[in-house]
Amino acid sequence: MTVKSSAPLEKIDDYRWRIPMSYKQGMRVPGLVYADERLLQTLRGDQAVEQVANVAFLPGIVGYSLAMPDIHWGYGFPIGGVAAMRPEDGVVSPGGVGFDINCGVRLIRSDLTVEEVQPHIRDLIDLLYRNIPPGAGASGRVRPIGVELDDVLAQGARWAVEHGYGTAEDLDCAEENGCLAGADPSQVSPRAKSRGLPQLGTLGSGNHFLEVQAVEAVFDPAVAETMGISGPGQVVIMAHCGSRGLGHQVCQDTLKVMEQAAKRYGIELPDRQLAGAPIGSPEGQAYLGAMHAAANFAWCNRQLITHWVRQSFGQVLGRPVEELGMALVYDVCHNIAKMEEHLVDGVPKSLCVHRKGATRAFPPGHPQVPERYRAIGQPVIIPGDMGRYSYLLVGTPGALEQTWGSTCHGAGRTQSRTAAMKSLKGVDIAARLAQRGITVKAQSASMLAEEASEAYKDVAEVVEVVERAGLSRRVARLRPVGVIKG
Amino acid sequence: MTRPRSYGFQILEHTADVGLIARGHTLAEAFAAAAYGLSALMADLSQARPRTVREIEVAAGDLEGLLVAWLSELLYLFDAEGFLALEFDITSMSGQSLRAVVAGDAFDPERHRPGMAVKAITYHQVQVQQSDGYRAQVYLDV
Repeated sequence: MTVKSSAPLEKIDDYRWRIPMSYKQGMRVPGLVYADERLLQTLRGDQAVEQVANVAFLPGIVGYSLAMPDIHWGYGFPIGGVAAMRPEDGVVSPGGVGFDINCGVRLIRSDLTVEEVQPHIRDLIDLLYRNIPPGAGASGRVRPIGVELDDVLAQGARWAVEHGYGTAEDLDCAEENGCLAGADPSQVSPRAKSRGLPQLGTLGSGNHFLEVQAVEAVFDPAVAETMGISGPGQVVIMAHCGSRGLGHQVCQDTLKVMEQAAKRYGIELPDRQLAGAPIGSPEGQAYLGAMHAAANFAWCNRQLITHWVRQSFGQVLGRPVEELGMALVYDVCHNIAKMEEHLVDGVPKSLCVHRKGATRAFPPGHPQVPERYRAIGQPVIIPGDMGRYSYLLVGTPGALEQTWGSTCHGAGRTQSRTAAMKSLKGVDIAARLAQRGITVKAQSASMLAEEASEAYKDVAEVVEVVERAGLSRRVARLRPVGVIKG
Repeated sequence: MTRPRSYGFQILEHTADVGLIARGHTLAEAFAAAAYGLSALMADLSQARPRTVREIEVAAGDLEGLLVAWLSELLYLFDAEGFLALEFDITSMSGQSLRAVVAGDAFDPERHRPGMAVKAITYHQVQVQQSDGYRAQVYLDV
């Protein structure tokens, strides 16, 4: 049943490939895929490239339908897709954000060394797993009562900080300061709220994770130091999760509305999942209000997780949390659509930038980069797979010039979950990771197989391409020491 | 009630997510099979027994939309209320609406080992076709 793409990819240079508008009637702009020859091979087997061409059908799209090097087959948009729309005649598409609204990553530094933490790693992972429960059947430790959920949706991470779960400094170190303006809790359905409420403070399942990591290599010591990264052996913590059931339900609720809206506004698209509505229309505005509220839920969630990470470290190590230096490095969202200022043909314009599995990567000097990082650029956090490594990057002028200030978001899958489970049948993934010094705790063994290194591209290759294409620069490589999988 | 052993579904490969193809002699059977497939992906059903009953009613503009709405409703009940759907009596069905009585168990991670965490039902390449009975195809976001 799988339809392979026959989309032509015209080579521009070693890292850029164009899909001409002539490929499909209805494309409003060409496609542009960032990849090298090796990564391109991994795209041949699925429909990701076809989806890049499909996104080019969306009204109001400016420049290119863009794809980052970790692009893989999604639904509607490819995962790794970026598209910017003009507010006057463009659409906002829930398919360009995804179900997991504001799925993102945050990185917490520490003054601890891996030698100090290693002897306690099993206890630490067990306690973290209890304090930050994963997915199905689990409830979070924080439950806002009644109307308080609307405050969470309006205030994002600030709600958590104001309730004692974090510091004011944490808010400085998050994209949009952990709260998108324009959130409208009244546009979030009661169903979305009831689905999300018990899940506040939980990690989620699938590719979501919490990792205790050690810095393995530093590529730019000066920039790393500004981010609080001192050198190899330093312990950091990475959390990857999103808006849980609340965000999923907001997207599900909206798709039904958008399908009808697309028909009403005469928007013809090659995939139903791409359905969108004009940005200024009542449907478009309602979605933006609900989606931003869901994004704020995700930021609040990651802030609560940060609190429990700090508490768990303090408890297991028997030391006051304040002594551990556990400051937030940064928090990025990689499933989002929001209004941003960009230069179009040299003129500043407000655009609705969709990033579906892509990370904002603003350069040094950009007003949206927090003051403490203004001189070096925005930190970009790129998780790899649980058996190898993750990266800390920094934004560059090249990203702002080429990709609306965007870069990759992770490794990208090469193998389906079912294929990974089949090929790893009988392999004890936890034991294999233990041999390499990685302690892992997961809800089930099959979940570990689905998320094994074999199922992913090597994130080092992805990161190399974004660096060579000028979309961001490597700062440090981080290796997993302890892993929690939902 | 349609019994589980008569549900015909298979898993579709997708790089990041997962798809389902469900078949039935009638449209209602195909929809029931898709629903059972969803539950079977989310949890190990070997110890699950139908203990409680829910009435469900959904509507959409066409059959494909109806399939997405039907599965979304069951996913919502699972996620928000821990209702693991097992048996499906589709009492009425038109091209644009569906009513069903669904029997299921209270999800318990100890008894029903969790499987894939399904986030949502997508419209990506969703199809409902009449071919040697009925065939329903849908992709799920996991």
